[in-house]
Amino acid sequence: MSRNGPLALAFHALFLAFILAPLLVVIAVSFTGQGYLALPFEGLSLRWWRAIGENPRFLESFWYSVRLGVTAATLSALIAVPAALAIARWRFPGRGTLVAILASPLMIPHVVLGVALLRFFSGFGLSGSFAGLVAAHIIVITPYMLRLVGAGLSGLDPRIERAAESLGADRFTVFRRVTLPLIAPGLAGGWILAFVTSFDELTVSLFLASPAANPLPVQLFNYIDQMTDPLVASVSAALILVTALVLLVLDRFYPIDRLLTGERRA
Amino acid sequence: MTRLDRLTPALLTAPSALVYAGALLVPLAGVLALSLHGFDFQDGILPGWNLANYRDLLTDPLFGEALARTFRIAALTTLICLLIGVPEAWIIHRMDPRWRGPMLLIVVGPLLVSVVVRNFGWMVLLGTNGLVNQAMTALHMPGAPFRLMFTELAVVIGLVHVMVPLVVLSVWASLGRLDPVLERAAISLGAGRFTIFTRIVLPNVMPGVLAGALMVFCLSASAFATPAMLGGKRLKVVSSMTYNEFLNTLNWPLGAALATVLMAAILLATLLWTRLVEKRALRRLGEVARGGPA
Repeated sequence: MSRNGPLALAFHALFLAFILAPLLVVIAVSFTGQGYLALPFEGLSLRWWRAIGENPRFLESFWYSVRLGVTAATLSALIAVPAALAIARWRFPGRGTLVAILASPLMIPHVVLGVALLRFFSGFGLSGSFAGLVAAHIIVITPYMLRLVGAGLSGLDPRIERAAESLGADRFTVFRRVTLPLIAPGLAGGWILAFVTSFDELTVSLFLASPAANPLPVQLFNYIDQMTDPLVASVSAALILVTALVLLVLDRFYPIDRLLTGERRA
Repeated sequence: MTRLDRLTPALLTAPSALVYAGALLVPLAGVLALSLHGFDFQDGILPGWNLANYRDLLTDPLFGEALARTFRIAALTTLICLLIGVPEAWIIHRMDPRWRGPMLLIVVGPLLVSVVVRNFGWMVLLGTNGLVNQAMTALHMPGAPFRLMFTELAVVIGLVHVMVPLVVLSVWASLGRLDPVLERAAISLGAGRFTIFTRIVLPNVMPGVLAGALMVFCLSASAFATPAMLGGKRLKVVSSMTYNEFLNTLNWPLGAALATVLMAAILLATLLWTRLVEKRALRRLGEVARGGPA
């Protein structure tokens, strides 16, 4: 039973229309048979979907973004899990400062981050390289990783770890056999959110990209800057459909509100 | 406690601390330092230290205009996000549990779609021959078709679309912590729907609302993609001016000064917001909850 009145439901319908309109329009216009962007159009056609395959630069950028996201999310997990453990289990001098600094990339404008890294990396020849983009993306995504791993740890009863220790397990065995399996859902959620954030990141990447290091959002942004033809629509529509698919599968294992807020449901 | 025990937290935090120092703190300090250098189109970055870049910015009317536009757009976006995002979270919260999950997925899911794609959708919708203008012409709106693209309105619409899910999410999380007994108690005392929303629900979710508002404001003020794509080349905000100095004009010291001003302005806004608005609002709400003057 819904407890919302008709006015509330009308508002809700308008809200959904607002949220979905730009996405549905992109999907619709990608099926145009014409050579330019217009709605409504005449003649359904898959020619612009076929054009994705004929334009290797979008496919190349897609796989580049996938590699970038996987590398950055994995390295981020490697530094975030120990940090989250230290923050959750120990009281040490500078702990508050560390927590604030580790979360700070969320508050720093991405333009500022991009500018800082472009300037810094140019000194080492790292701008326009895969390594430079990976380092930049680690900074952008680690706050999300920490939030989800931290939420997993705070929901973990420390008595379980102490029980394992009292039974003779050493620190590392406790971590590997007890802690890690128990925080696995949070870690997996954090990894996925980190990957998606990296995959969608535009602004910082724009400063560090080069023709050899060209993630998909940068490629798309620069392409739209030059021209807007239905090819942009079919590439965008493909991205929307892939995201929707990932979301539907993900939602079965990890409800999206928990993924994005890092909250544990009561 | 052994020595190793005391060292453990240091060892555990060392990797992240090193990465952050090398790829965040040092580069940020570098921007500040860079902004204090002069620039010459022949000689590049000059060795002397001075505040000339900041003086140039303060006296540049174009910069003043961009700064005002940045915060005008951010404030308007935040306001609209609150006005539509808070009721939407409440409506979803009150839905049948069967519908709640799918609805939340639709509202929040677009957060995972690239901003470039979402802005492109608005470019198609808001163009002179776009669907919005076609609809308004069909309805015989006086003055239609309107010029929507490359206006501040287009930027605000695009930003609201990007940001409003964050408000819904933030309020939704607070609503999850709301004790349903409170609402039932209010009903039993004869409160109407509107009274329950304004006197029971809103005060309880206020922390979520305020946190969401601050996040949206900061992200809107620092947004680059949406102003660049929907505002066009002429409608400059501070972040697109910074981008321009770094990648087109190549006056890096001036760009660094712009970045520093943007960062400082956002930090200042955050500080003011948490000190003045959040504290006062939460204290007032505390008094309401205790039965004090509303």
